[in-house]
Amino acid sequence: MAEFRMPSLGADMKEGLLVEWKVKPGDQVKRGDIISEVETQKGIIEIEVFTDGTIEQILVHPGEKVPVSTVLATIRAPGEEAKAPHEEGTEEPTFKYKLCSIAAHRKEGPEEQPPELAPATTAGKRFRVSPSARKLAAELAVNLSTVQGTGQGNAITRADIERAAEAQKTTVTVAPGKPEAGMRQAIATAMARSNREIPHYYLATHIDMGNTMRWLISENKKRSIKERILPVVPLIKATALALGKAPELNGFWIGDRLQLQQAVHVGFAISFRRGGLVAPAIHHANLKSLPELMESLHDLITRTRGGRLRSSELTDATITVSCLGDLGVETVYGVIYPPQVALVGFGKITEQPWAENGMLGIRPVQTTTLAADHRASDGHLGAKFLEAINQYLQKPEEL
Amino acid sequence: MSKNEMIQITYREAVREAIREALQRDERVFLLGEDVGRYGGCFAVSKGLLEEFGPERIVDTPLSESGFTGAGIGAALGGMRPIVEIMTVNFSLLAADQILNNAATFLHMSGGLFNVPLVIRMSTGGGKQLAAQHSHSLEGWYAHIPGIKVLTPATLEDARGMLWSALEDPDPVLIFEHQSLLNMEGQLPADAGAVDIDRARIRRPGSDLSVITYGASLFKALEAAEMLAGEGIEVEVIDLRTLRPLDDATFLTSIASTHRALIVDEGWRSGGISAEICARIMEGAFYELDAPVERICGAEVPMPYAKHLEEAAMPQVEAIVTTAKRMVRSNG
Repeated sequence: MAEFRMPSLGADMKEGLLVEWKVKPGDQVKRGDIISEVETQKGIIEIEVFTDGTIEQILVHPGEKVPVSTVLATIRAPGEEAKAPHEEGTEEPTFKYKLCSIAAHRKEGPEEQPPELAPATTAGKRFRVSPSARKLAAELAVNLSTVQGTGQGNAITRADIERAAEAQKTTVTVAPGKPEAGMRQAIATAMARSNREIPHYYLATHIDMGNTMRWLISENKKRSIKERILPVVPLIKATALALGKAPELNGFWIGDRLQLQQAVHVGFAISFRRGGLVAPAIHHANLKSLPELMESLHDLITRTRGGRLRSSELTDATITVSCLGDLGVETVYGVIYPPQVALVGFGKITEQPWAENGMLGIRPVQTTTLAADHRASDGHLGAKFLEAINQYLQKPEEL
Repeated sequence: MSKNEMIQITYREAVREAIREALQRDERVFLLGEDVGRYGGCFAVSKGLLEEFGPERIVDTPLSESGFTGAGIGAALGGMRPIVEIMTVNFSLLAADQILNNAATFLHMSGGLFNVPLVIRMSTGGGKQLAAQHSHSLEGWYAHIPGIKVLTPATLEDARGMLWSALEDPDPVLIFEHQSLLNMEGQLPADAGAVDIDRARIRRPGSDLSVITYGASLFKALEAAEMLAGEGIEVEVIDLRTLRPLDDATFLTSIASTHRALIVDEGWRSGGISAEICARIMEGAFYELDAPVERICGAEVPMPYAKHLEEAAMPQVEAIVTTAKRMVRSNG
């Protein structure tokens, strides 16, 4: 029997409101199906299932707000026997265990239940946490994914939980109830953590966009208005390809080490008109053609603004791209979204005097910046990465 | 003699006083072993007792541990209250058959008819440059055997008071006296008497780490605790006193408040009493732990003769301090 749990859609998420089930007990599901919708600080997210099987039991109903990793439903694996009907409904998922009694093993009579513990895993990530700290986290309602361990081998200790609980208490909640406030809070948490923990370094380079712009104009002539490729698309593709030459920028910094990611999922920063932003992932951006990328981007923006993102899109991004050129910004100085280790910023494309081969000309120029985590990479690599983006943009037909 | 009067006494004298008191109080008590009479005991514990109590109650035996331990068992079965002295725990292995197959087993094999009210005293431990045949700490082995009790008096009070309680016990009791403690000197109430033999004691309260130990290591742990207190680390030092039955409630309760445990045992690590304590902590206080349980044990070598090597082979204050700091301070 598999358990379908409230996912953690980012390090800052503590709980989610179940909005809707798209399945009912007895329905067949397969990996990747969207089976429920959850409202978080980032809006309504469509949640995908990660196993094949049959929905056995729905444990959390629409309108209920539950902590991350609460079991929402159970899923029977193909071939697994269905539960006897008389057990249905009688088995309440109660977790009201008594606290650990040290004399438990000496007692006569029925075995004492283990204490209530904070889950040691969230979305596949196992925390290094002492048993006592786990117990304390459950008592103080501290989400382990928000805690930085300082014990042996960076294990989370009681002291870390106590600090986190204290920090939770002192967090000021702005206008609770408004989703905007929730998102502001989520951004505040993530960005404060980024600024506190990540030693950023910044590199910038001017890129001659002449070739790319000329190619785009001629390509777009062949397309209907709906199918036209925006200049941001080659920028995303060039970024995704350049990561092949600087793999250390594509990954996560977790537990004091860099976890390189094979797949390139580019998170694209999308702002909301009412304020706030998310950076959902364009999956496998390096493997998509420009028209495919354009379609993905269009779909992503539409669904983001409509509040229809999928859980994997919120958690999978391995690097973030932020384009503020539309708003007239020339240079973007990014703040990395943890646990990612790099953010690429693209500024406005403007005509600039450009000296080359002793000649002065006018070129469309765009400033590309890299904000990178110095724990994971160094400026040398960052420089190679920016140069690779430049090279790809000089040959747009190969993108 | 007023109740509060204190006397200056060594561990050796405290044990001798305990034997004297037993011989005076109960005529069934007698002492037997190698060199306990005319020579005054290999470690001079029984010096003067032959003169005071005569050869019927202070009995020199041939060099045959199996023989005189067996004689002690027979005497106990016959209604006496013998105290058998074996020079060192290493030599007790020659009497292991008597201890395990007879003393520890008779009550069971006789269907509950025959208790064996025998007390066996022996020296244990290193630190006196007596090398690999006289210096080991095998009390943990004996703690493996059901049917006997294993006492490890560390303090003067226990050296003075455990013997009488052991003699009162209807079943075999082994008392391990650490060689390096014999010359330890201190104050003891003049009227000090019997003490319990089934409870551990907290010798120093603390909130950050429980150090669980016994025997001579107790004083190393206390010295380390004093040094650590100077650095703001409060160590709770637990003296087990009795290795069988093991009073786990005391150390489990301690761990419930300190959340960390360090075991200091002069015996070897593999399969030793430290491993048993560690297992009990996992069974009884797993959810209280904030750091892995750690152990400082004797090096797994025959005890070296050379002084510096012997020191290196035994738990020392410095190692306790370093380990405690690593366990309590973060990012170790």
